[in-house]
Amino acid sequence: MVQLTLPKNSRMTTGKTWPKPEGANNIRKFQIYRWNPDDGKNPSVDTYWVDMDNCGPMILDALIKIKNEIDPTLTFRRSCREGICGSCAMNIDGINTLACIYGMDEVKGDVKIYPLPHMPVVKDLIPDLTHFYAQHASIMPWLETKTNRPAKEWKQSIEDRKKLDGLYECVMCACCSTSCPSYWWNGDRYLGPAALLHAYRWIIDSRDEATGERLDELEDPFKLYRCHTIMNCAKTCPKGLNPALAIAEIKKMMVERTV
Amino acid sequence: MAFLTDRKRATGMGSAKSGTHHFWSMKVSSVALLFLLPMFIFTFGGTLGSNYAEVMTYFGRPFPAIVAALTTLVGFKHFNDGAQVLIEDYVHGLMQKVLIILLTCLSYGAAAVGIFAIAKLAL
Repeated sequence: MVQLTLPKNSRMTTGKTWPKPEGANNIRKFQIYRWNPDDGKNPSVDTYWVDMDNCGPMILDALIKIKNEIDPTLTFRRSCREGICGSCAMNIDGINTLACIYGMDEVKGDVKIYPLPHMPVVKDLIPDLTHFYAQHASIMPWLETKTNRPAKEWKQSIEDRKKLDGLYECVMCACCSTSCPSYWWNGDRYLGPAALLHAYRWIIDSRDEATGERLDELEDPFKLYRCHTIMNCAKTCPKGLNPALAIAEIKKMMVERTV
Repeated sequence: MAFLTDRKRATGMGSAKSGTHHFWSMKVSSVALLFLLPMFIFTFGGTLGSNYAEVMTYFGRPFPAIVAALTTLVGFKHFNDGAQVLIEDYVHGLMQKVLIILLTCLSYGAAAVGIFAIAKLAL
């Protein structure tokens, strides 16, 4: 049976409230999930106050400010700060998104920040994405061909190239998969929206010659058919992609070759 | 704790090479029910408030009896397929298999009782 409640050692407690910045007139409250694997304590929610007159406009700016000026132990991933690397994916105000492209003005009231849901936590806001990446690797995210390599390049028409739009832009941030209830309950077997969107990206690629094998690999009650079109993936995707549509297209192809 | 590589965990036992049939049969039964349910409500609703003899006569006609029988059959098939997905979602391990077997017995049992009752009325 799926576990609907948090295990005892994962239950949240109230954490430390950090002092307000002195002399600041425009401050904002941040409540941030903290968990350290080394201290043996339950996770807690720390409260920070950030001077908004002296901070950038994005959530990531505030996190970096907290780390630099208030609490250097706060741990999170970040890199490109412009929505390309997918590193700073986290749950902000109840929505899985990228902290670097999520504006402070998009959150009403206190800013509540948690790691991506239903994943093992490495520390603070860092989820363990090992299984997620392994699932992505399992769909063979590369061009598979059997014909001898052409002298110059694998040609593709403009129309066929257009079919990859809305698919190739995925940055593998895991916002979609970790927002999917089916992935929460069956993430060990269900590939999840991100991996399936990538699978479809290669299935639909006119240059790829392993379409049948790719569909064979996906034809499984759990790998593919756990998607119940809940659409959380499309709603939460910070890049505005629609993994649910890609999954529906895979299902249509499955039916097409069966019936 | 097993020393499995990440890739081995992700791949598991590989593809079951099935699932499309289940998916497609649910779509087919959904479309069938889209037509059957209004017809069933229309035909069955007409008998509400009637006495025993009138109901017997009404379901003795082919159209209401066939609509009722098809709705029962397709409805319970659809219920069985849908509830199986529900069980697969939330229950794992041995209990999952046990519940699917019980569900199948319940669905086909209920369908059989329904068909028998309609046949008794109609024939």
